[in-house]
Amino acid sequence: MVEAVWLIPAFPLAGFVLLLLAGPKLGEPRSGWLATLAMGGSFASSVVVYIGLLGKDAHGDADNDRQFVQTLFEWVPAGDFNVDVGFLVDPLSVTMTLFITGVGALIHLYSIGYMHGDPKFSKFFLYLNLFAFSMLMLVLGDNMLLTFLGWEGVGACSYFLIAFWFTDEQNATAGKKAFVTNRIGDWGFMVAIFLTWTTVGSIQYVDIFDSAGGLPETTATAITILLLIGAAGKSAQIPLFVWLPDAMAGPTPVSALIHAATMVTSGVYLLTRMNGVIDVSAAWAPSTIAWIGAGTALIAATIAVAQNDIKKVLAYSTISQLGYMFLAIGTGAYVAAIFHMVTHAFFKALLFLGSGSVIHGMDNDQDMRHYGGLRKLMPITSITFIIGWLAIAGVPPFAGFWSKDEILAFAWEDNVGLWAVGLITAILTAFYMSRQVFMTFFGRYRFADVRTEELEELAAGKVAHAEAAVSEAEEGIGGAEEAVVKAQEKLEKAQEKLATREADMAAADESDEKAFDKATKNLDKARDGVDKAQTAADEATTAVEAARDAVRTAQAQVATVDAASMGSETIEFDLFSAPALGDIADEDLPDAARARREYHPHESPWQMTLPLVVLAGAAIVAGVMNLPFSSDLHFLDHWLEPTLVHPAHLTSGAGTKWALAAVAVIGGVVGITAAVAIYLQGRSPARKVELPLFARAWRYDESISNFMGGPGRKSFDLVAWFDATFIDGAVNGVGRLVRTGGGQLRRIQSGLVRSYAAMVAIGAVALIVWFLSRASF
Amino acid sequence: MQSLLLAAEGGSASFPVLSALVILPVIGALTLLLLPNNRPENFKQLAFLFSSLVGAMAIWILTDFDTAHAADFQHQNSHTWIESLGISWHLGIDGISLWLVVLTAVIFPIAIIAIDAEHTPKAYYAWLLILEAGCMGVFLALDLFAFFVFFEIVLIPMYFLIGQWGHGERAYAATKFFIYTMFGSALMLVGILSLAFLNQAETGVLTFNLIELAESQAIATTTARWIFLSFALAFAVKVPLFPVHTWLPDAHTNAPTAGSVILAAVMLKLGTYGFLRFGVYLFPEAAVWFAPALVTLGTIGIIYGAIAATMQRDLKRLVAYSSVAHLGFIVIGTFALNTEGIEGGILQMVNHGLSTGALFLLVGWIYDRRHTREISELGGLQKPAPFFAGVFMVVMLSSIGLPGLNGFVGEFLTLIGAFAAHRWWAVVAASGVIIAALYLLWAYQRVFHGPAEGENATMKDLTFKEALIMAPFLFGIVFMGVYPKPVIERMEPAVEALIEHVEFHVEDFESPRPGHLGPVDDHGDDGAVSEEDDH
Repeated sequence: MVEAVWLIPAFPLAGFVLLLLAGPKLGEPRSGWLATLAMGGSFASSVVVYIGLLGKDAHGDADNDRQFVQTLFEWVPAGDFNVDVGFLVDPLSVTMTLFITGVGALIHLYSIGYMHGDPKFSKFFLYLNLFAFSMLMLVLGDNMLLTFLGWEGVGACSYFLIAFWFTDEQNATAGKKAFVTNRIGDWGFMVAIFLTWTTVGSIQYVDIFDSAGGLPETTATAITILLLIGAAGKSAQIPLFVWLPDAMAGPTPVSALIHAATMVTSGVYLLTRMNGVIDVSAAWAPSTIAWIGAGTALIAATIAVAQNDIKKVLAYSTISQLGYMFLAIGTGAYVAAIFHMVTHAFFKALLFLGSGSVIHGMDNDQDMRHYGGLRKLMPITSITFIIGWLAIAGVPPFAGFWSKDEILAFAWEDNVGLWAVGLITAILTAFYMSRQVFMTFFGRYRFADVRTEELEELAAGKVAHAEAAVSEAEEGIGGAEEAVVKAQEKLEKAQEKLATREADMAAADESDEKAFDKATKNLDKARDGVDKAQTAADEATTAVEAARDAVRTAQAQVATVDAASMGSETIEFDLFSAPALGDIADEDLPDAARARREYHPHESPWQMTLPLVVLAGAAIVAGVMNLPFSSDLHFLDHWLEPTLVHPAHLTSGAGTKWALAAVAVIGGVVGITAAVAIYLQGRSPARKVELPLFARAWRYDESISNFMGGPGRKSFDLVAWFDATFIDGAVNGVGRLVRTGGGQLRRIQSGLVRSYAAMVAIGAVALIVWFLSRASF
Repeated sequence: MQSLLLAAEGGSASFPVLSALVILPVIGALTLLLLPNNRPENFKQLAFLFSSLVGAMAIWILTDFDTAHAADFQHQNSHTWIESLGISWHLGIDGISLWLVVLTAVIFPIAIIAIDAEHTPKAYYAWLLILEAGCMGVFLALDLFAFFVFFEIVLIPMYFLIGQWGHGERAYAATKFFIYTMFGSALMLVGILSLAFLNQAETGVLTFNLIELAESQAIATTTARWIFLSFALAFAVKVPLFPVHTWLPDAHTNAPTAGSVILAAVMLKLGTYGFLRFGVYLFPEAAVWFAPALVTLGTIGIIYGAIAATMQRDLKRLVAYSSVAHLGFIVIGTFALNTEGIEGGILQMVNHGLSTGALFLLVGWIYDRRHTREISELGGLQKPAPFFAGVFMVVMLSSIGLPGLNGFVGEFLTLIGAFAAHRWWAVVAASGVIIAALYLLWAYQRVFHGPAEGENATMKDLTFKEALIMAPFLFGIVFMGVYPKPVIERMEPAVEALIEHVEFHVEDFESPRPGHLGPVDDHGDDGAVSEEDDH
């Protein structure tokens, strides 16, 4: 039955080829069903191979061993370097294929619902099948080079799928970043292959396993560190983790399959596969692995605490959980690492698919601040998500509890510091996952709220409006003041006239009655004029006062708007109450905000919820794979034993183990309780834990970007400049020197192509003629 | 007498098929010149016909190739040419030249059919055919003088192709190309003559026969090193190796598309092939002595070319600089002087021909459609031209060295060969694959991803004819990535014979090979073997 192993990758490969040839013709949803069927076939084959392997003896003789190599054809037979395309069937590879194909098939099914209506529907499944094929080559390959083929293959598919919606520049950049960062790790893997080959003389795992014990310590250490570099790239560990959060730009099923359950665990697989080499390396090498894992676990967990994007939380959580697996490998607990890898594949795929279901139902909104109270609106999604939460938070008896507990126990025996970091991470994990669940499924339904950024925009509009009123009023003052000046001028003129009239009056001959009357009339008129001008001036002055009042009022208005809106530039988000609208009228709200009130979040179709239910079931019971109670229950331990050079066992007594488990449970409870206090009951403001440093991911990514965009780019520019100026400049300089050197030459080098042409042609003809004349045949 | 003997050994007294490979294109060119000018479309058809005939013959040679005797020169064809000087028309093919001959024979008809001449088609196609004859001659010649003549002859048609059918600063580029490479090979002529006469002084026989000269190894060690240097300079310019590479970006950028394709796919291999056949084979001791220096230059080329490619604004220039990096891999593989490295180098010669040849074609088609190669003016092309983008992607991934495609196998073998010989250089060279991903993916993003605006939004997708032209490239790219065995096993005897030749003639030299650890019974015992692992 194990001979059927070639079928496992053959199914998705066939799916890929069929979709390549006929994908667009099949269209939606048939191409999706075809791809899902291929994965189903692959899963069925894996089960068959698994049963076949179970039938063999764990420590049997060569024919009945749980280690079977199937060689298909010679791939690269060059000199002493002979590499076949062949599969290694052993407990480790079969464990990997089972969950890859199982979870993979579910995610394929889910994608049929999720990708509904996408114009590139069939292309998506083409990439998914190609990915599955590459991933299976990675774990089934019987030599390092074939693993490397899968390794880079999954990287390429990841690049295709992150940049799937490529018209958005951001997605394209994220895809490129993932590929290039991974390539840094691939460099380490590649050099590790070189070193293994030059010392062992073979890169077949069977040979490496058999002869690794004879490796000199320095070589083994070097190979281990190089493999660690490779693994850190693929599994997003310090310092190469920056690509994974950005990879969330891809469609959510991709995040679940590639960036949570399968591809990112490749590093853990590779290190486990090469455990024979790590075993003989210097002690500091595995310690480095453990501390890198622990450090990554902790840092990523702190970042997850302050993220608002539902997928970003899960991305950092994945990095953190992968850190646990590296921690396990560093302490020699390979089985614990694989155990956690499998349980993590279940609950993290579940959480990602759940988040996809939420995003799907929430009009593609990924911000958890806009969720809340979805428990009743999306019952299946929320119940399954809650199961995933309990599993990752380490609540017994859910799967994550058992695997994490085992890692922590091994860490305790290796180094208390590692254990402490692991425990703090566990508390943080329980905290940020509870935060996510509470913000999404519990509390107030916030989708219909007017959003803080909308309010900020409105407030900004109001302020601008009031400020416009102020400047208008200020203009009014100007006008009024001009009127005052004019009125004053008129008054002066009227007074001057009055004075002249008074003088006229005085000079007027009283005897001349006619003239006297006229003067009196004139005087009266002048007096009237003065009175009128006086009134006008008074009025103008009042107007100025009024204008000044208007400015004052407008300014007061600005102040009130400022104060009412937020006092500062931003409105703080409050989980528990909708932001106050103040005097903002309903019709002033943006259309989007009003449209959201009419929006009804909905549960996803069955293609999406069925995988959720199945994965939730797995997340509940997967712990039974390796229960700690008695040796008979260590199924995974016994199963994987033949693939390990030195299977590690816990040496602590039962009392210590119980105590450690109790501490871990208490840690989980502490994390959950803190989240309840902050995110359900509002006893303490969230900003106390959501530190800006965490929200900005410790500024690590931005520092790298700044470096690459700054000094990095400049140094590259320098090389290009050097090439043009010095290397090429020297050549052109010599040319110029020759050209100006001799007059004879100058005439020839007149730059005309034709003259060269003639010369060369004449030379060639002369040469041929000479040859022919000397020829003796 | 000698020549007759060789011809008999070759066992091809019937039809001089190798001579036909060289002469047929010349006949084609002459026929073109005789054709009247009133039916210009006939020129292209006729040129395609002749080059296809050459292609068919090369394919026949491939199927007829005797793998068991791949180390021997087959189909040998030898005539005394200038008896007094010991010069002969001597052609032969072995497992090393086989693939380059096939590559040449396949690329030419494709380059001819893929793009129309912009003007004066008669001369254009005639020059292309002459070029083909010259390239074939270089790969087949077993006489140093004949080799030199062919090596020089190829310059003439390429000079005219760039100078008259090129774009931009074509006169400058053509002149630079011509003078640069001419300068490099001038010293080689001195070297060839010195070698022949010094060999005559030692052995009493004046000959330019490659095999005889290689087997006699009569001249003094130091002299041989100087002569090797004169050869190496010519080849280094042709490859091109850092720091004599700057003619390449100018020539590539300004050449017509077919010129760029042939330049990249075939002509750069004249240098790397020369290193192998007329460097390592002819001067084994000097090759060993100079190997560290050449590996160093190759490594610098890998990193330097990749960095320079990253900063280019012209898409064609970017691909040109990527060639400098790719050819660096071939050089480090060749001078690793072990089976893996040399086979990787030969594979990489073919791979680079496929992937870079195809890239230049695709870039040429973009230029035809958009009349620009400025990366900043392109963008979002995947939207209007998804098929084009998909083909470009596959070719690009081949160039990046993605496993499963052809580029990986060659690149990996050169690196692992170099690692066995010069560990640290290989470690540095391997980092070139990171930068390769950076510049190609970045270019792809700027050209194909993002929103498509203006003329970009309506760019025509790949036509059926273009897809048909791309098909052989894509087939080669996938086939040689998945199943390179038929290619490797046909070259292996020749490569191993070459290495044995070097080991035989160079004292204290052993080709760098991996160590072998046997199975250990008890794993992880502290008392395990502690063999020193430093090479």
